[in-house]
Amino acid sequence: MRNPLCERVVNIKPSGIRKFFDIASEMKDAISLGVGEPDFDTPWHIRDEGIYSLEQGRTFYTSNAGLKDLKIEIAKYLKRRIGVEYDYNHEIMVTVGGSEGIDIALRAMIDPGDEVLIPQPSYVSYEPCAILTGAKPVIIELKAENEFRLTAQELRDACTEKTKVLVLPFPNNPTGAIMERADLEAIAEVIEEKDLYVISDEIYSELSYKGDHVSITQLPGMRERTVLINGFSKAYAMTGWRLGYACAPEIILKQMLKIHQFAIMCAPTTSQYAAVEALKNGDEDVARMREAYNQRRRFLMDAFKNMGLECFEPYGAFYVFPCIKEFGMTSEEFAMAFLEEEKVAVVPGTAFGDSGEGFLRISYAYSIENLKIAIGRLEKFITKLRNK
Amino acid sequence: MLREEILTTIEKNSRVDVHELAVRLGSTDEMIAAEMARMEEEGVICGYHTMIDWEKTTLDKVTALIEVRVTLQRGQGFDGLAERIYMYPEVKSVYLISGGYDLLVTLEGRSIKEVSTFVSDKLSTMENVLSTATHFILKKYKDHGTIMAKKPEDERQMITP
Repeated sequence: MRNPLCERVVNIKPSGIRKFFDIASEMKDAISLGVGEPDFDTPWHIRDEGIYSLEQGRTFYTSNAGLKDLKIEIAKYLKRRIGVEYDYNHEIMVTVGGSEGIDIALRAMIDPGDEVLIPQPSYVSYEPCAILTGAKPVIIELKAENEFRLTAQELRDACTEKTKVLVLPFPNNPTGAIMERADLEAIAEVIEEKDLYVISDEIYSELSYKGDHVSITQLPGMRERTVLINGFSKAYAMTGWRLGYACAPEIILKQMLKIHQFAIMCAPTTSQYAAVEALKNGDEDVARMREAYNQRRRFLMDAFKNMGLECFEPYGAFYVFPCIKEFGMTSEEFAMAFLEEEKVAVVPGTAFGDSGEGFLRISYAYSIENLKIAIGRLEKFITKLRNK
Repeated sequence: MLREEILTTIEKNSRVDVHELAVRLGSTDEMIAAEMARMEEEGVICGYHTMIDWEKTTLDKVTALIEVRVTLQRGQGFDGLAERIYMYPEVKSVYLISGGYDLLVTLEGRSIKEVSTFVSDKLSTMENVLSTATHFILKKYKDHGTIMAKKPEDERQMITP
């Protein structure tokens, strides 16, 4: 028989997070700081709206780009939160999570051989999605001394004649890094000069703890060359509803919509009705959850300081990214030993790219009570290592 | 601002200590302690109570909500009557209510009989009290924003990426 498989797919490495979760889930009484989704339930009024839509028998497809009401609410939300205007009719589409948006944005813009810039450490999907389009992914290794922000110099150095798209993943998973206005202004210059397009993954935008999130689309000339990706998973604790959206100039969005049409048809209808409610009446829920995350973030930073564990202060998402280089172990060795000896699962930084070596991703999508227990074990573990 | 942040945090858990509050709210121990003292002084913080599900204990407790309709004489307010009611230690709360009746009284006793005796002997016989309606609480599902029945479990699944 012939080989049934596609070489391009077979060559993609499986995600590095998986391995730890498999081991952790086998382990009784292990606690996890590994999960990348909110610990909150979706606010009840949003769930209730989803239930109501089912009761009303709204079980049909929506139009491909999504419910008109939802697109209008998204446009209003963006105007309200970042002051950028999008035409709901031609520049906004509803996707199955932010991840679909990333995939189809790349597919709509990339020809084989084009280079896609991917700053790392970052979310693990960008690289495989780029590879599937036939692109050449070019990794930009972000540095701890820059608090894992992307600098203009790093961007410039990575560009070649073939560079077409920059993936901009801030606030960042796994580092928690953000890009402030000045940081964005610096790279915007290079983006313009090198004539790049941007896929700005702003899924964690509502979880910013140093003033309001700044979107690159707010800078002059950037909206025209950016696909803005966002969604409901992180801000409204709606991961399981699988709902995101993409905003882009019509010329790009039209092609993205074509792929979406043929591959997906439309995002889940129940989720879309719930999301209308989220955008209309959910601002307070978002603020409440952000405040809870922020308290945990401060709590962890304080705990690291007390145990002398090096960690830059992250101002976004729900991750901290402490440095474990002092222990002379790789991230993977450390995470594995920590899991085996203290039964706490964290994700090695290398799961998010080689530049994550020497770091751990610790999620604070857990209650303070949980974090206290886990931090107690971490302290015990590193004390043991230091006394060796 | 700090005041509201402290209150929303300790409303759910009054056992968070000053240092932890300072860390979580990005403040200092001194500022938190001073603000707490001020709020206690001003009566913004009126007490630090413990939420107990008495159902799960061996102590018998009966709680009743009593609607009280009253008639007032010229020049009289509700306050005097409310005071005569809330001075009883078995009375847990007294609210002045808009709508079909005037005062809502929460009463705690050891038995239905004890509660009934209070209503018939003490409450109904008060001057100005027109009528009462007593509702015994059969089950508490949620109290003070806390769901009594279920202990939440982390049901999140393993997923990558």
